[in-house]
Amino acid sequence: MPNRDRILLRGAKLICPFSGLRGETLDILISGKRIAEIGEGIECAEVFALDLSGLYLSPGWLDMHVHLREPGREDEETLASGRLAALSGGFTAVCCMPNTDPPVDCAAVAEEIAARASEGTGADVFCVGAITVGRKGGRMVEMDRMRSSAGRVVAFSDDGCCVQDAGVMRRALEYARRFDGLIIDHCEDHALSSGGQVREGPCSFRLGLRGYPSMAEEVMVARDLLLAEHTGSRIHLAHLSSARSVEMLRAARERGVRVTAEVTPHHLFFTDEDVDGLDPRFKVNPPLGSREDREALRRALADGVIDAVATDHAPHSLEEKEVEFERAPFGMIGLESAFSACCTALLESGSLDVFALVERLTAGPARALGLDPRLYGEGIKKGARADLVAFDPEAERVVDADDFLSFSRNCPFDGMRLKGKVELTVKDGKLFFPPGSRLSGSIGEARMGRGRACGSVADIGCGAPGADADDV
Amino acid sequence: MDAAAARRGRSLIDVDQLTPAEVHWLLDTARSFEEVSRRAVKKVPALRGRTVVNLFFEPSTRTRISFELAAKRLSADVVNFAAAASSVVKGEALKDTVLTLQAMGVDALVVRHPCSGAPGVIDGWTDAAVINAGDGMHAHPTQALLDCYALIRRIGCLQDKRIAIVGDIMHSRVARSCIKAFTMLGAEVVLVAPPTLMPAGLPPETRFSYVLEDVLEDCDVFYLLRLQTERQEEGLIPSLREYAAAYQMDARRLGRARPHALVMHPGPINRGVEISAEVADGPRAVMLDQVTSGLAVRMAVLFMALGGKEGGDAESG
Repeated sequence: MPNRDRILLRGAKLICPFSGLRGETLDILISGKRIAEIGEGIECAEVFALDLSGLYLSPGWLDMHVHLREPGREDEETLASGRLAALSGGFTAVCCMPNTDPPVDCAAVAEEIAARASEGTGADVFCVGAITVGRKGGRMVEMDRMRSSAGRVVAFSDDGCCVQDAGVMRRALEYARRFDGLIIDHCEDHALSSGGQVREGPCSFRLGLRGYPSMAEEVMVARDLLLAEHTGSRIHLAHLSSARSVEMLRAARERGVRVTAEVTPHHLFFTDEDVDGLDPRFKVNPPLGSREDREALRRALADGVIDAVATDHAPHSLEEKEVEFERAPFGMIGLESAFSACCTALLESGSLDVFALVERLTAGPARALGLDPRLYGEGIKKGARADLVAFDPEAERVVDADDFLSFSRNCPFDGMRLKGKVELTVKDGKLFFPPGSRLSGSIGEARMGRGRACGSVADIGCGAPGADADDV
Repeated sequence: MDAAAARRGRSLIDVDQLTPAEVHWLLDTARSFEEVSRRAVKKVPALRGRTVVNLFFEPSTRTRISFELAAKRLSADVVNFAAAASSVVKGEALKDTVLTLQAMGVDALVVRHPCSGAPGVIDGWTDAAVINAGDGMHAHPTQALLDCYALIRRIGCLQDKRIAIVGDIMHSRVARSCIKAFTMLGAEVVLVAPPTLMPAGLPPETRFSYVLEDVLEDCDVFYLLRLQTERQEEGLIPSLREYAAAYQMDARRLGRARPHALVMHPGPINRGVEISAEVADGPRAVMLDQVTSGLAVRMAVLFMALGGKEGGDAESG
């Protein structure tokens, strides 16, 4: 009978930007929630051993931009479903945005989310608090109280309600210097984007939809870079979509402005040519850009000017999305398609190699957030938390949104054949096999949890295959 | 072909779904239907027993009446559904409205909707033929077809003719469909608008100008668009009078144009804004021809959607 608490992961090629591993084939012994040993040909009796040869193994990924909808829209996503969807996509930690109902604009709401997100199994959840009360763009939230609460508030953002008043933004940036806090901005000048449905240009002309010009983003990026430069504060630009934004970001970084940025898998994958005016799954804010924009984003991600890939996972119900394009909400889900989208868009085209991609999914966002390694980012080393992901960047999959653990299905990748598969996620020493994992057979059908009803994710307990098989 | 597929109608969402041959067939069919409208008894049995619903989510008088008369002259049963008087104001989703009508067994839905793309979405939900009677800023295919018909009747054919479309191109579904239809029939289109009403993202080969005078002397047709007064409030133009001064087709400007040049307008016109009263009432204005053409072309479109075939006999149905 194997030991309940010990798992041996054999033969994977390790990638770890934190500890500098670049494809070395080593075994990892997990004991309880932590990595007990790393080495060649570890021999160990009474252990559950899993052969990962042919796969890469990296620290679990960090998605710094998701919407988990709880509290308020639990029909679209809950903390529980979102945390499982994250694991299914290879993410062991996520930052949830404050546009819940009520919004995360005080310590109590953040604490409630953190408390709910600590129950059961799933990815770690960090909160992004609002910048202003009610995300209304006026009075500042109690940043310091939120930051020092049990709510694990790691940054501040009014998210989709970009602060329009430059004076308010300036004061928020200045105030955050007290604790060197991070402000995240969804850059959108509402007067310029007003009513826009798709990127202004050939797409808006073809579909007869109101255009959302790239300058709506660029004007705010310019403002934010100047404000960050003057205040000396840290700012992070969310989901960039335009080549000009990237240019300004690059120049600002060269001047030493403390700015970081992220890009979504969908902006790296699609262009406005893919937008189908009859299919609101392609409606996203900021809207999908041109080929030149996509190329600039890929290049900036490759050379590190953009620090992180973040999904902007935005669940919406079928009722909300199955309407006229102009009446549908913006947003698409991404947790469970992100890695495949990135591999197909970036590795295939030679924009990035697998090491750089892993960096942008791990150390990149951790650096942007300035996270304490105890929360995220110990890397693969002895004594670190056993939060890991095993993947094959070459394996093909056909994305099937019906297999998603997210409650929502608004994914434009649905039905597409993509490269890159997550085969196993380890969270605090527990093994999760995403739907369709080729490894799930290796622990036997009887141990597969409750099958499709619970999303084909095998939760085999803290190192104990079999014993806790139904304990999902 | 199974019975269900045979029953399924043929939708018309925009003109680029049609081949040039199909457009010519439609225009030929319209010609034979126009003769019907000149009879004492203005009716043929082509669509007897078929049901057409005019599903209008946006106010419209001309287009709705035109479709209604067209269906009635083909002996179809016609129901008018105006959104303001319907369950839509109670918050019924578009999908439920469509599924309800589908369950009642209608054969064709003529859809006018303020949202671009809505008729295409509806087409995916129903087996009935969907005919786009204007959606948002996207398309208005029957308007474009009737404009082609009216023009061909006046000038023979569109091959190598130069047509200026003048006005609020950005917000115009008529312009979007007309560009496609005129180009398909061999005409050269040039767009004229103030920069704030010229859409971004025009195909690179598109000819355009911000100055009407620049194209005045080398066009065969001036197609004027209605200027909505909202554009002034939205800050897209400073005032109606400044717009009129720069873009109105008046006798002076028409006097500088080619002697045979025609003036068109999809209606309703704003006299004194995009067109002067003198030109509107003059011999070179084609507006009433357009209206007459609309009836015949919509008969042909309904006939094609509900059973007519290319090359079929329009008279016998």
